[in-house]
Amino acid sequence: MATITNLKPEPTAEFATQTEREKFDRWFDERFEEKMRKREAEHVPALSIIATKGTLDWAYPPFILASTGAALGYEVNVFFTFYGLLLLKKKLDLEVTPVGNPAMPMKMPMGPEWFRGIDWPIPNALKANVPGFERMATSLMKKTFKQKGVASIEELRELSLEAGVKLYACQMTVDAFGFTRDDFIPEISGWIGAASFLPQAQKSDITLFV
Amino acid sequence: MNAQTEALATHVLDAKGLNCPLPILRTRKAIADMPSGDMLRVLATDPGSVNDLRSFCNQTGHALVSSREDAGVFEFLIRKS
Repeated sequence: MATITNLKPEPTAEFATQTEREKFDRWFDERFEEKMRKREAEHVPALSIIATKGTLDWAYPPFILASTGAALGYEVNVFFTFYGLLLLKKKLDLEVTPVGNPAMPMKMPMGPEWFRGIDWPIPNALKANVPGFERMATSLMKKTFKQKGVASIEELRELSLEAGVKLYACQMTVDAFGFTRDDFIPEISGWIGAASFLPQAQKSDITLFV
Repeated sequence: MNAQTEALATHVLDAKGLNCPLPILRTRKAIADMPSGDMLRVLATDPGSVNDLRSFCNQTGHALVSSREDAGVFEFLIRKS
């Protein structure tokens, strides 16, 4: 803005005639449009994601969005906090639980098509009390996803890093949950807190909390 | 999948059987290793890839030269910018 006003005088009484003023206004509008277009074309979009959940199902959204954003040429930062921090462990052992989640379809990844299509109505009381139910649900989800060509979390994390996504770990969570930094992948871009992440998010075009 | 498009593309990516967002991620990777101006032929079975690859090209500036479907297989021709 400063450069534009420096180039030409303000449209005040200095304009000798009305035509002169109109000419200046036209010049300004065109130049402003042009500058804005250039600025927009050169702008690299930025995406900041806060990942707070550490189950197999909820591990997908942050990594899918981060890797896709990077593929589209965005600058991507993901801040892993609370249970989300588990997504940065060297060895991922993520599970999913249908307990308390009536939206989760319970389908079998084997047998004929009509059998696979059945959504088994398993009561919550049973889901919660059968030992190993989480293990089973996890294995079913992994099997189904593999059959449908959905990437594993390990793969998506690898692809995110490869595409230049920056992964940040919440230092407070490490301390609070009694982890050590050695438990986590070495590619972590930084061990930071909210005060360091928010300024990044503030400059982003898209900010998501998962 | 005709002879004409095959002749145009010097690089081929088989993303058949892969689901969102893998076709896009693999396309990005394939394009990154190509010299500018080269053509990439992408094959996919994910119906979402039709919109996703168009959006990918819009955002990244690569040209989506053609997009067609043949018996459940989508074929895209992309020229690297």
